[in-house]
Amino acid sequence: MYLYDQFDRTLISERVAEFRDQVARRLSGALTEEEFKPLRLMNGVYLQLHAYMLRIAIPYGTLSSNQLRMLAAVGRRYDRGYGHFTTRQNIQFNWIKLADLPDAMADLASAGLHGMQTSGNCVRNITTDQWAGVAPDEIEDPRIWAELIRQHTTMHPEFSFLPRKFKIAVTAAAHDRAAVKVHDLGLRLRRNGAGEVGFEVMVGGGLGRTPFIGKTVKPFLRKRDILSYVEAVLRVYNAFARRDNIYKARIKILVHELGADAFAREVEAEWRPIQDGPLALDPAVIADIAARFRYPDYARLDDEGPELASHRKADRRFDAWLGNAVANHKVPGYAIVTLSLKPEGGPPGDATSAQMDQIADLADRYSFGEIRVGHEQNLVLPHVAQRDLMALWRALDAVGVATPNVGLVSDIIACPGLDYCSLANARAIPVAQELTRRFRDLDLARDLGRLHINISGCINACGHHHVGHIGLLGVEKNGEEYYQVTLGGRADEQAELGALLGPAVPYAQVADVVEEVVAAYLELRECAGETFVDTVKRLGVEPFKERAYAPH
Amino acid sequence: MTSPQERKRKVTGPVIVTANRLRDGAVIYRTLTGDWSARLEHAAVVTTAAAAAELLAAAAADDIAAVGPYVAPVRISPDGRPEPGNLRESIRQAGPTIALPITSGI
Amino acid sequence: MPLIRNGQITQDRFVRILDDAPLPDGVPVIVPGARFLADADEILRRDAAVGVLWPNDRRVAELEPYLDRLAVIILVFPTFKDGRGYSQARLLRERYGFGGELRATGQILRDQFVFLVRAGFDALEVVKAADADAFAATLARYSVFYQATNKGSPSAARHRVSRRSLPASGEAVH
Repeated sequence: MYLYDQFDRTLISERVAEFRDQVARRLSGALTEEEFKPLRLMNGVYLQLHAYMLRIAIPYGTLSSNQLRMLAAVGRRYDRGYGHFTTRQNIQFNWIKLADLPDAMADLASAGLHGMQTSGNCVRNITTDQWAGVAPDEIEDPRIWAELIRQHTTMHPEFSFLPRKFKIAVTAAAHDRAAVKVHDLGLRLRRNGAGEVGFEVMVGGGLGRTPFIGKTVKPFLRKRDILSYVEAVLRVYNAFARRDNIYKARIKILVHELGADAFAREVEAEWRPIQDGPLALDPAVIADIAARFRYPDYARLDDEGPELASHRKADRRFDAWLGNAVANHKVPGYAIVTLSLKPEGGPPGDATSAQMDQIADLADRYSFGEIRVGHEQNLVLPHVAQRDLMALWRALDAVGVATPNVGLVSDIIACPGLDYCSLANARAIPVAQELTRRFRDLDLARDLGRLHINISGCINACGHHHVGHIGLLGVEKNGEEYYQVTLGGRADEQAELGALLGPAVPYAQVADVVEEVVAAYLELRECAGETFVDTVKRLGVEPFKERAYAPH
Repeated sequence: MTSPQERKRKVTGPVIVTANRLRDGAVIYRTLTGDWSARLEHAAVVTTAAAAAELLAAAAADDIAAVGPYVAPVRISPDGRPEPGNLRESIRQAGPTIALPITSGI
Repeated sequence: MPLIRNGQITQDRFVRILDDAPLPDGVPVIVPGARFLADADEILRRDAAVGVLWPNDRRVAELEPYLDRLAVIILVFPTFKDGRGYSQARLLRERYGFGGELRATGQILRDQFVFLVRAGFDALEVVKAADADAFAATLARYSVFYQATNKGSPSAARHRVSRRSLPASGEAVH
């Protein structure tokens, strides 16, 4: 839990004052929309189909219970009492009024929250593993680096008018839960041969119109060099990426057109002169940032063993939840609990203000006041004592966030789509809702195993469909909603883009096609242990295609 | 749907001009009297590219009331009133097609 | 179009010669980069100040041999969204040590002032008179910054470590 100090709070409140002035100038006509739009975007204010949308940053997905309560309050006071957690660990409110925004932002600022740089052509929220700091398999907490880079790229005078948006993700475990390979800049903490910890630097990943997997431009970068190297990457991007065509303005296009080696050389040329300058991180600076991350005062506990086992035997539903939503913690006697925001028939990733308040209270009681937001649109309580799991589960069940479908077929990732978004071609939420109904049988879901369905309502790919095991992309054909289906995408350390299954499918049939694909998997898998994505890898899409498009 | 602003202006049927209200982002429609209404039935309906361009230009100049105006298709109902001409405009008029959480009293 | 230099609205003492016309004697002039480079030594021999209007899609390294003899460099922001001039400015100030007037032209609006000044510009050709009048107030919007600026102020990260160098409250850190 990073603690803001006077510096951080002052910056946010000065930003709120500036935005208040900008809104006033817009409402009075002193600023045209053309002049105002980039300014509101830099504060996360979008114009959507029905209303403005405010996207609030949740830096590296970490929230305090007080912050979650403030989000609940803002949702209640200025919006319609619910929010949507996004694939970049942010939260969105869909019904906010421009005239109310300065006050809403002032309220958020009082809790250390803001919408700075959640939109616009600047460096966006830096995301990471939602299990950072508690995962048994991580080298060290990636959030310290995310915070260092966040500070450095916030209101950076040189990099606030980039050719396009710039997304950074950091991971610190061999199993990548942060999708670093499909980010503009992906950083993976790793050890070199000498046991030193540093970064693998990947550039040019991204989804959207022209998806790419990121290229490694620096296999091992020392920690002290991270800010100067990021500076050099951004400078090369700012200077040389295309600005004539917004569809060719991301760094992935620059890397592709220059070639990874030529790009890396440009970065080196920019980097060498500044490597040992003021951006070189001395250990005192790193230690200071690290010290502002407060970790819980964990109790000395044993793993629960027999007591948990007996609870599991006594209650089938608790057993199902424990086996699904609870993961091992690096500290003995503790656990990482995932809260599913994917109830049957619900819009994926949404929570009401009431739920947020309840979850905040549970975080105080059971998780040292800390909550995480994952890019798969679920929440996490990262510090739960195993002895509290039974009581916590009962409470989560009452709040409606204990569906034991985490990582399963009905744990669908979907963008807001045409129900909300002015960029969309098709709806995503009702497709997700229907699929959760088709796959409501939890025994079947468990049997299917890990299966990620990702739905995007347009090519901008906010639903990350390219890297879904099953990806659905909404398109428009003759005024009707159709969906392209891809199979075999992955977002993790084995990142891969999905392969097109066949012709796009109309809205009325898309759930049927997904059911057929899933049924085909059950027939084709070598054994129950072979996951869907591995079966697709082994066999390709052809056998699925036959089944999906056969006349019924 | 490609953004309406991006589509070349080809008017093949009745169209209106719509935008979002500056203060609160609500959906609004350009009227015959050079004003804005939240009700589609009050929208000025035109049928030629020239008339659409003129209506749009006037709307765009009204930067202080409305944001992002564009030309949208409509259907004319049997009793002569404009109705949304595509799914996007239906959703803009009626709201999301999904049930929103019941949040009164929260 | 008001010119702000070092925080004050001033008259521009430079004359822009944007075509091939001969440079008037004794008058400080600004010429486009291409013309300057084609004839740099000759132009620099003149007895009045010389400045260059430099496009935002050419590397400023090309000006390095002449920096100690150039009175002013103007960098261009064709639209305020085109941020290449910020990188050029920082390179000129911090990599190549340019000490003359660094001026921004183009679509220069109030909401870019803080970024421009922190990138190293000390002169701005401002589009709107109202924005020029609000220059000082606009710069005062922010008193804290995370990044080390070109004027050598330490970054916020260092401010925390060496707490004695925290700025007094209200004191602008530029």
